[in-house]
Amino acid sequence: MADVVIRAEGLSKRYSLGQRERYRLLRDVISEAAARPLARLRNSRSGLNGDGSAHRQSHEWIWALDDVSFEIKQGEISGIIGRNGAGKSTLLKILSRITKPTKGYIELEGRVGSLLEVGTGFHPELSGRENIYLNAAILGMRKLEVARKFDEIVSFAEIEKFIDTPVKRYSSGMYVRLAFAVAAHLETEILVVDEVLAVGDAQFQKKCLSKLRQVGTEGRTILFVSHNMAAVRGICETGFELSEGRIVSSGEINDVIDRYLSQVITRKFMEVETPSFVINDVSINPLGAEVIKTFESVEIKVVLTAKKDVGDPGMYVGILTSDNARIAGIDFKDFAHVPPIRAGERFELGFLIDELPLLGGTYQLEIHVKDLSHHKIERVGNLFQFEVVETSVYGGRKLDAWFGSVGLKATAIQKLPSVSPNLDEVSTTLR
Amino acid sequence: MDSISSQTQASLPLLRIEPSNRWPSIDFRELWEYRELLYFLTWRDIKIRYKQTVLGAAWAIIQPVFMMIVFSLFFGKLAKVPSDGIPYPVFAFCALLPWQLFASAVSDSSNSLVGNQGLITKVYFPRLVIPVSAVLSGLLDFFVAFVVLVGLIFWYGIIPGWGIIAVPAFILLAMGTALAVGLWLSALSVQYRDVRYVIGFLVQFWLFVTPVAYPSSIIPEQWRAVYALNPMVGVVEGFRWALLGKSSALGSMVWVSVGVVLITLFGGLYYFRRMEQQFADIV
Repeated sequence: MADVVIRAEGLSKRYSLGQRERYRLLRDVISEAAARPLARLRNSRSGLNGDGSAHRQSHEWIWALDDVSFEIKQGEISGIIGRNGAGKSTLLKILSRITKPTKGYIELEGRVGSLLEVGTGFHPELSGRENIYLNAAILGMRKLEVARKFDEIVSFAEIEKFIDTPVKRYSSGMYVRLAFAVAAHLETEILVVDEVLAVGDAQFQKKCLSKLRQVGTEGRTILFVSHNMAAVRGICETGFELSEGRIVSSGEINDVIDRYLSQVITRKFMEVETPSFVINDVSINPLGAEVIKTFESVEIKVVLTAKKDVGDPGMYVGILTSDNARIAGIDFKDFAHVPPIRAGERFELGFLIDELPLLGGTYQLEIHVKDLSHHKIERVGNLFQFEVVETSVYGGRKLDAWFGSVGLKATAIQKLPSVSPNLDEVSTTLR
Repeated sequence: MDSISSQTQASLPLLRIEPSNRWPSIDFRELWEYRELLYFLTWRDIKIRYKQTVLGAAWAIIQPVFMMIVFSLFFGKLAKVPSDGIPYPVFAFCALLPWQLFASAVSDSSNSLVGNQGLITKVYFPRLVIPVSAVLSGLLDFFVAFVVLVGLIFWYGIIPGWGIIAVPAFILLAMGTALAVGLWLSALSVQYRDVRYVIGFLVQFWLFVTPVAYPSSIIPEQWRAVYALNPMVGVVEGFRWALLGKSSALGSMVWVSVGVVLITLFGGLYYFRRMEQQFADIV
């Protein structure tokens, strides 16, 4: 049964810059047409670039997908990851036939259901019941099919009491639950799912994930896009990473994700400056591993150049959560003294941290550089993001945000009730 | 690649997504498969049309009735516009109904693609479903007002002849005209939002070149063929002929109208199908 059901060959999609998501007024067309001969005139007079810079400007292309080929087998649950703008959405749009490729093709065997958004076509004035039928029809479900599954959908969404209320009166949570419930009952052989799990409360998200996982066990093929790495790991078996419209890695999902995350850390660094220093580089690297995992040792390194003579250099590094809550801070002066540095000299300060206790998630480094001889503390304007990979810290499962940011070195203890003699008597008399 | 399509086991449909085709065809089988969506979108438009209004569907009657009163007063009584020997109120009302069906269908279908951007950019289905459902959803209003027309006809003691069985054909012609215009304008409006402003003007202008307030018998004989290039001439005169039994110069004018509608409709279908492939990219 390991047939290929999705096959993409040389798939490319080109957008003209500015064309994407933008409509034009007739006025623009007319003014462009009027400007063209003028521009040509100007170019021919300057005589430098014959092809005309104005001409080239109006034909600037961007390849959102560039020669992408892949195969997905029946029953495979595949994840697509990548940074924003890597081409994931474009690929999904082509897969769901919303837009056409510029080159190449995709062959799909079986009906395709796509879920690029929850609640597409929901109308606020209509009741929950009416919206179920409408939304289902939009997603390509038959009326009979919906009628058969109606109760199941309603109970999955947990909105039994409000089924005949217009959805504009729903809370946002109810709305999302209903929308996902309809989509989750789509019975196509291939299911294409975009970031739909970013909505709803944690508990409902969990329910959605397990629903998707269950769908996967039914032998249906799923393509799943998400920024939530824990979700991708939890659902998918295989996957690939897109970057600038190309597939840069593919294979077993954990490998693909680990590689992706390690890249996120070592991505291009832009120099920043404070009044007294230039920060040439900031890095946080795991020791002897590719990615940062909970309780692994890491090395934080900051490369600096002094802009003027600094009598008593110092540095503070803070670790913040992605919403800027401070988790820890560490100051160099509590460890060692740094000799004076002259203007233009380059040096490096850093810390070796044993067993970084952070759980999986995105964190930020905050850096202050100091000249203690002048009592100057200069905060570096940028925060530096890094990623800790979800691991099974306490044993079996991988921990999510529910367990907070910090891992604990813990041992379980238990005192079980000892068998009381009285109870023993009771049981014997009963016998 | 051919080997794949030949070895399809079971009955799983094989779908190939390729770059746009310059000469698109109309896939009627696919349209038929999406008939339920057409039904639900039409039903949605009807359902929400009079939500949160006090008078509800009464609006379907109020609008043409008031138009009729104004027309009867100004054109019939004061300007003494001839009405082919038919009492002016029923003469005007009989034309106002197909006219309103047409006018609302044109503006609804022309705005339908932009109004349904959310659907177009997120889900696939034959885009034709959208303007078609916009045209269909005007039918309910028409039938509600039609009841009033029937009452009015009996009030004036007019007995419709056999021609009455042709009414559905003229309704179809009115909707065909509206769809033809709607296809062109909706596809254009995806790229050029100017269309939105054109529609209001177009519909107003069109009312004057359609024999709603006056009979087409006031048009000089030699100009009638040109006049009938406006398909609504055939529709309106056809309605009068079918229901009131009298009409000026029907005959050949209807056939001209039908011809014009067919040409614009097929042209519109082709243009729509061709633009359809880019809707999601530029809307």
